[in-house]
Amino acid sequence: MAGYCGNILRINLTTRTVDTQPLDMALARKFVGGRGLGTSYFQKEVDPNVDALGPDNKMFFTTGPLTGTTAPTSGRYMVVTKSPLSGTIASSNSGGFWAAELKRAGFDMIIVEGRADRPCSISIRNSEVHIEDAETCWGKTVTETTDALLEAFGDPKARVLAIGPAGEKQSMIAAIMNDRYRAAGRSGVGAVMGSKNLKAIVVRGTGKVDSGQPDQTKEVLARMRKKIAEHDVTGKGLPAYGTAVLVNVINEHGVYPTKNFQQAYFETADKVSGETLAEEYLVKNVACYACPITCGRRCVVDGQEGEGPEYETLWCYSASCGVDDLPSVIRANNLCNDYGLDTISAGATIACAMELFEKGFIKPDEIDGPPLKFGSGEAIVEWTRKMGCHEGFGAELAQGSARLAAKYGAPELSMSSKKLELPAYDPRGIQGHGLQYATSNRGGCHVRGYMIAPEILGIPEKLDPLSLEGKATWTKIFQDLTAVIDSLGLCLFTSFALGAEDYRDMYSAITGADITTEDLLKTGERIWNLERVFNLNAGVDPGEDKLPKRLLEEPIPEGPSKGQVHRLGELLPQYYQERGWSAEGRPTEAKLAELALA
Amino acid sequence: MQVQVRLFATLRQGRFKRQSLELPEGDSVADLLKSLDIPKEDVGMLLLNGRDAALEAPLTTEAVVSIFPALGGG
Ligand code: SF4
Repeated sequence: MAGYCGNILRINLTTRTVDTQPLDMALARKFVGGRGLGTSYFQKEVDPNVDALGPDNKMFFTTGPLTGTTAPTSGRYMVVTKSPLSGTIASSNSGGFWAAELKRAGFDMIIVEGRADRPCSISIRNSEVHIEDAETCWGKTVTETTDALLEAFGDPKARVLAIGPAGEKQSMIAAIMNDRYRAAGRSGVGAVMGSKNLKAIVVRGTGKVDSGQPDQTKEVLARMRKKIAEHDVTGKGLPAYGTAVLVNVINEHGVYPTKNFQQAYFETADKVSGETLAEEYLVKNVACYACPITCGRRCVVDGQEGEGPEYETLWCYSASCGVDDLPSVIRANNLCNDYGLDTISAGATIACAMELFEKGFIKPDEIDGPPLKFGSGEAIVEWTRKMGCHEGFGAELAQGSARLAAKYGAPELSMSSKKLELPAYDPRGIQGHGLQYATSNRGGCHVRGYMIAPEILGIPEKLDPLSLEGKATWTKIFQDLTAVIDSLGLCLFTSFALGAEDYRDMYSAITGADITTEDLLKTGERIWNLERVFNLNAGVDPGEDKLPKRLLEEPIPEGPSKGQVHRLGELLPQYYQERGWSAEGRPTEAKLAELALA
Repeated sequence: MQVQVRLFATLRQGRFKRQSLELPEGDSVADLLKSLDIPKEDVGMLLLNGRDAALEAPLTTEAVVSIFPALGGG
């Protein structure tokens, strides 16, 4: 089938063996690729109760059939593993160029098993694959590691995926970075790599990815590029301001979580907005592989060039920590990239620590750094650095907000769901989005079903964010469609301009798969249910489909969404019904049989 | 009546970020756009006191109007 290389690379770090195996095409047909295919392999090979940081957990670096083809935004891959942070399935997505390079080397997926007895890296030059010592890189930042490995590899066109010191120290919020600035950020996947003593994967591929028959793909892909170029969001908004344009949009709606969700309107948000970033710090736009949208921001502060901050990062280090000093936010973002930390969880954990400090749980004399005061630019930068290298009290913060708040006897102050820190939208004023946070298979995240699109941005149609009507249905559709996009190997941002039919058209044109749009969405539903079953078997029970107490009980105190709370108790039963699950939130035998998962 | 107007992203070009404007009683959002020389097609999102508003929505004194071009994605 065009699109697929047909090969997977299985690497056992304990035995230091490398094996090339054929891709299971039956599974590929059933789960497409990327997130879906990785999850299906994972579920077949790994015990759900495995210790996430033990040698028996495995990592699946998995591309989609469209990754590395000529389809727009087709540079994405997924890291599927068990999350040490949440105990759920983790699938973290990233862009850049690394994944397309892996396909050009001839592999759809890398499976990493076991644990090396000393720091190592994997080097892939087309079919030539080696496990190499990486002791000299251990302790180095992502940038230093990338430079050193590129030099050792001897080909500047190679692509590097690496962890920073945070992953080495197995921080629960450590990210995996590729192409220096791109992150498979969430769920602590960097810690899993660190637990395996795997510092990096360098890849260079000179082959060609089969993009299907040009006569079949040309028209379809041209149509998609046109839609992307002509849509206001993908053709104008994202290229001009990047994701950061949302700062003012969300703040003006009064759903911009401020000071660890104590408030939902940040008075000085404009000082730390996409507009200000573009005016004062932006050097140029950057794009991932084959991406016409170019939402990436290359910014310079203190003479140091970096990428970002993205909207979520701007938020968690500014409003969430009460800081309106943009240079400090950019510095913290750059530190996260260099130390390999998930910016959302890192900033949100500092915000949680600030509230614990404000309320007297954390005492001034027990911390070895600047006071954890809301509004302190110095605190966000220095505590990020200390988290990144596990220095002093920074090591406590590096375990994430849920563990930190629990340690101080105030678990309710962690603004997380399934221990994953919530991102930059206060669900009290966006009901569907809150349902999505509570039911996401990897915990509190916004990119498993981006309900902000219909509820705030009016895409594909405008829904009242405060109403519950239809929200369970919309959430399910968004979640299922997202699972498809994540499995194809495309960027989620295409979904502003494209619909389910368009994804079907691209998938069919490139791979030749004969599939209806309904069946493709059914595939998304299959992936969703498979992830759910894994979580249930891993002991993450439906009682974890929840939001922090504050969001259910404390009304938003001020601003445009004043007085709102989240009505999860009303939405959850509707959602379970919509999914065809039992009233307790478990997929029924009939549903699993319908999805060919029984 | 005094109305607080906030403009965002590209709509700021050649205009302003935030301003308090004096408008005749009874003016609507559409009248405000006209006085700012903002074509309706350029507006992606229009909020009156933080909630979605229609063009014909009447303005009231002290109202906060936030106007965005079509943008967005996080
Ligand atoms: S839209 Fe942005 S994140 Fe997505 S592929 Fe393009 S540059 Fe990368």
